[in-house]
Amino acid sequence: MKTLRAKWPTRLDGVLPWVVPVIVIAVWQLTGSLGLISSRIMPTPVQVVEAGVRLTANGDLGKALAASTWRALAGFVIGGGIGFLFGILNGVAKLSEKLTDSTIQMIRNVPHLALIPLVIVWFGIGDEGKIFLVSLGVLFPIYLNTLHGIRSVDPGLIEMGRVYGLGRGALYRKVILPGALPSILVGLRYALGIMWLTLIVAETISAKDGIGYMAMNAREFFQLDVVVLCIVLYALLGKFSDVLAKWLERSWLKWHPHFGKWSGKQTP
Amino acid sequence: MASAFWKVEREADPVTEGAGRGISIELAGVEKSFGNGLTVLKSLNLSVRAGEFVAVVGRSGCGKSTLLRLIAGLDRISGGSLRRDGKEASGVDPATRVMFQDSRLLPWQTVLDNVRLGAIGLTRKEAEERAREALRLVGLESKENDWPSVLSGGQRQRVALARALVGNPRLLLLDEPLGALDALTRIEMQRLIERIWLQQGFTALLVTHDVSEAVALADRVILIENGTVALDLAITLARPREKDNGFAWFEKRILDRVLEPDALPGKTAEMQFEI
Repeated sequence: MKTLRAKWPTRLDGVLPWVVPVIVIAVWQLTGSLGLISSRIMPTPVQVVEAGVRLTANGDLGKALAASTWRALAGFVIGGGIGFLFGILNGVAKLSEKLTDSTIQMIRNVPHLALIPLVIVWFGIGDEGKIFLVSLGVLFPIYLNTLHGIRSVDPGLIEMGRVYGLGRGALYRKVILPGALPSILVGLRYALGIMWLTLIVAETISAKDGIGYMAMNAREFFQLDVVVLCIVLYALLGKFSDVLAKWLERSWLKWHPHFGKWSGKQTP
Repeated sequence: MASAFWKVEREADPVTEGAGRGISIELAGVEKSFGNGLTVLKSLNLSVRAGEFVAVVGRSGCGKSTLLRLIAGLDRISGGSLRRDGKEASGVDPATRVMFQDSRLLPWQTVLDNVRLGAIGLTRKEAEERAREALRLVGLESKENDWPSVLSGGQRQRVALARALVGNPRLLLLDEPLGALDALTRIEMQRLIERIWLQQGFTALLVTHDVSEAVALADRVILIENGTVALDLAITLARPREKDNGFAWFEKRILDRVLEPDALPGKTAEMQFEI
């Protein structure tokens, strides 16, 4: 792929992704400072940063972040774990697949956010409901991609493993799981996106703490600087998850021509 | 490429010298049919002596690859008897190694770890040592830490050969291992395989559609037609083999038999061989 791309001086590589955000923020600040947009409708970046400093100082921001991150991670581990286990199980055992796959596919087609009214009734507005929704959201991308990954392992390699006397355990460890890993990591990246999306919606509709609650609360008092701060936080958290997923891809898929040393930083 | 690959040392009669290392194969009245009623092999008799190099040729779909899979223990015979080393064969056997047309290396393991896969049941250290030795044998000791994806097709097949050899097999089954390589690499690999076979004295069974390759390497060429042995020809040329008149005679003899029109009722003799 590299040969098809125009060559940039490598020292610019680290700078280029920041050019557009910096320009956008500069224009935003400028229009606000010049009074072109009223700060009642759209606070300037400086005001947003000030709100961030204020909320950090009084501890509100830290508490909201901790609450949201806890829900996100708990839901991710539960839902991702279940999805992964079913993916593996249904990938290797025909009986299990016959028994559960069509049910899972049916549930998958229900938009999980449609369950919010039901979830409020079941769990109230505490952590459980949000963790439930996040689990449900991340379960399916992990399940589907794990299953697909296991199915797409080259049967030639499995046959080779048999000829070379690999036992069942070694065959999974050395051939099937590593072969499915690229696809599982794609599922992981999808799941991370869905994780934040679900949490934002759930927290905005019903919560007593967390970032989404902070945004809704600020809206009632017309503190638009805090609302924008929350939106920016979501963007940063999403970006952070993505960086994490990319890092995992790079360190676990070193062997893959796409992620190996040739492609360097050019991974999508 | 290192000049060593071009040099094939003439050693004592490999069949007797390798005795004790290679194993014999005995097929009597072997049948193979699949679930859909398709019979691929019928009443096939073939006996391969210990340490012998036998090539199996035939048109595509004649069942030569099926024959190899049966001997490897990857498929079960439907009838008759198949003996390896005098014992009734059942399933995959650690003394038998297969080299496939594609290298089938694990892309997520380094060259060394891939070769180590063939040395099952040894400690990690022993296995690594053996793997390095096998890589030296195929001339790739400098590549042990590379990923398979950076190797050329010929290098990958050499790694696959090292993986097959690392467990000191007594029977090496080669399923068109050179079919996907370019002509020069192919000649080089043929010489490498011949050299290692002469050194180690295992039994070798090569399935190929390249008659010239069969004549260059084998002690005997078997032609499979309509699911059974149609020709069993000893190649009495001295090794290393030159492409001289004798070579051409054997090649022509086999090709003529393959292309005989009456062998294919209702069909014109179409060329399906790469020569």
